[in-house]
Amino acid sequence: MPRDSSREFTPKVVTGNALIEGDVIYLTAADDWTRDLARAELLTDEATARLRLMMAEGQPDIVVGPYLAEVAQGADGPRPVHFREAFRSTGPSNYFHGKQAGGA
Amino acid sequence: MYSYSEFDAAFVAERNRQFRQQVERRLSGALTEEEFKPLRLMNGLYLQLHAYMLRVAIPYGTLDSRQMRQLAMIAERWDKGYGHFTTRQNIQYNWPKLRDVPDILDALAEVEMHAIQTSGNTIRNVTADHFAGAAADELADPRPVAELIRQWSTDHPEFQFLPRKFKIAVTGSPNDRAVTMAHDIGLQIVSREGEIGYRVIVGGGLGRTPMLGKVLREFVPQADLLPYLEATVSVWNLLGRRDNKYKSRIKITVHEHGIEDIRARVEERFNLIRPSFGGVDQALFEQIRAAFAPPAFRTRSSEGYHAARAADPVFRAWCDTNLAAHRAPGYAIVQISLKAHGATPGDASAAQMRAMADLAERYGHDALRISHEQNVILPHVHEADLPALHEELRRHGLATANIGLISEIIACPGMDYCTLATARSIPIAQQIATRFDELRLEHEIGDLKIKISGCINACGHHHVGHIGILGLDRAGAENYQITLGGDHTQDAALGQRTGPGFSAEEIIPAIERIIHTYLAHRTGPEESFVSAFRRTGMAPFKHALYEVEHAHAAE
Ligand code: HEM
Ligand code: SF4
Repeated sequence: MPRDSSREFTPKVVTGNALIEGDVIYLTAADDWTRDLARAELLTDEATARLRLMMAEGQPDIVVGPYLAEVAQGADGPRPVHFREAFRSTGPSNYFHGKQAGGA
Repeated sequence: MYSYSEFDAAFVAERNRQFRQQVERRLSGALTEEEFKPLRLMNGLYLQLHAYMLRVAIPYGTLDSRQMRQLAMIAERWDKGYGHFTTRQNIQYNWPKLRDVPDILDALAEVEMHAIQTSGNTIRNVTADHFAGAAADELADPRPVAELIRQWSTDHPEFQFLPRKFKIAVTGSPNDRAVTMAHDIGLQIVSREGEIGYRVIVGGGLGRTPMLGKVLREFVPQADLLPYLEATVSVWNLLGRRDNKYKSRIKITVHEHGIEDIRARVEERFNLIRPSFGGVDQALFEQIRAAFAPPAFRTRSSEGYHAARAADPVFRAWCDTNLAAHRAPGYAIVQISLKAHGATPGDASAAQMRAMADLAERYGHDALRISHEQNVILPHVHEADLPALHEELRRHGLATANIGLISEIIACPGMDYCTLATARSIPIAQQIATRFDELRLEHEIGDLKIKISGCINACGHHHVGHIGILGLDRAGAENYQITLGGDHTQDAALGQRTGPGFSAEEIIPAIERIIHTYLAHRTGPEESFVSAFRRTGMAPFKHALYEVEHAHAAE
């Protein structure tokens, strides 16, 4: 799929860890946070992405260490590109803990 | 067993009170994350991939049953029912919630434990031989001096902002089980004309620039040890590079200045500060030593043990791999493997922790140790109790007979937990253990240490593994580099890279090819993997790894 408007820019989501639970959260288009990558806001434009990240950085009471993670557009919403983001979106592989177990 | 002084207890209580307030202020928004992060790290609290992680110090790996039960309680109440024992003789909890951490720290303080100086640019938890006070080959128990160093370094005003972290390990035995050659300072207790003292090794370390330590001084008498250590740390504190964190460890300082130059500076500084150590440290040392007096060993018959060995091959196999020689007649050191085939190396459930605590109390003079190999040790068990102990261990899934064998792998948390990781390490350990168990080959292979790290920081000690595995990210895929010939003992050596790495799918077959090459080339079962490697060199292994189209797959 061509990503013409933003040339080099590849799609991103804003993500970080929740302050209290420490688990992985993603920024949604409705300005709140989700624990499900598929429900995150897909950012295809660099300027918007930067703005959304700044907004996240302004919420230190919710999120720790927000950053832009690379994703691809999947059938049900954003999906991870790199294996690190894939693990973050599910949980560890040695136990059925974390998101894959349905909760923090 | 050493007990906190009132000063220690008050210090820990005060630190916990402060941290509770800091957490409250972080939650209320009064502290930013930038302000809070160094404070939480000072208390052992990291933020990892999926959750916070709390690292709790187990000084020189020594615990009693009460402490082990408290660790179990914490795992159950505030975590997911298990804990992870690490190569630094610490325990890590992988799932605490920020709000609960002050309560966890208070629960630790109830049993004289804490998480202070498990992070940051300080002198970290002092590690020691896990057979301390029990080993047949020991000159002196390394724990009193480790405790002396712990007290000297904890909250030491000059050493709270060092150029980087600083790790000290002590062995009391010529057979080094504390990896003293790969620490910032390694202390080896030695004897000179009947006088006990220390050989001081400096500048070892793993990480991205692995180096073995060098002898700084062959013999430092007991009375001079603390001033000598203080002189060494302060020379580095002054010279150590703060401009580049990859060059800040003392190994680089030693490398850049040369050991002679460092030695001269340390001696000069030592002569200057020696008089200020008025002997208080010596009085303290004697007190500490008394607290580590050996338990009252008893004389009993070992007949039942010998009968059980003869009658039960499973028991015998376990004894052959998991026991080590004790100094007291009729006693054995029991190594409980936390490396059941297919399990996560170093993990123990709360139920297992309680079982081990009960066994230590019933059969082991109430003593437990955590080894850098991520196992639990019962240092003092009479042979007469071994059959019953083994039976109990079996009931709790703790009787895996694989100490020193290929499945007894050290693995760091890797990308299953760690934010710095470039690849996973736990699943590789699980697969190797499972595979060689299926092949029924591990006893045939014999003494072999595999160590796995999930990035170049080398927390899994891969450089000193007979087979080291380093997980990397190559173009967005996990890739594993192999080193061979490393050694973590008194014959310390850094492993050599075989060549290009292997994908996650290829790494297990690659390890199999290495093992089959060893089996084909060894002079006999008495020639261990690492001895064979030293004799043959890399060539046959390289050939098997990279040149043979169809490796002799095991049936
Ligand atoms: C939050 C998780 C961890 C972080 C952030 C972390 C960070 C690091 C870093 C940055 C280094 C390299 C230091 C240097 O080269 O200057 C290192 C080394 C090391 N770490 Fe960890 N580590 C973690 C977990 C562990 C665990 C679980 C263990 C024990 C299993 C461990 C034991 C060690 C050891 C033995 C070394 C190498 C010795 C040396 O300091 O040279 N670490 N760690
Ligand atoms: S070696 Fe790397 S991946 Fe493994 S625990 Fe250390 S920092 Fe994390």
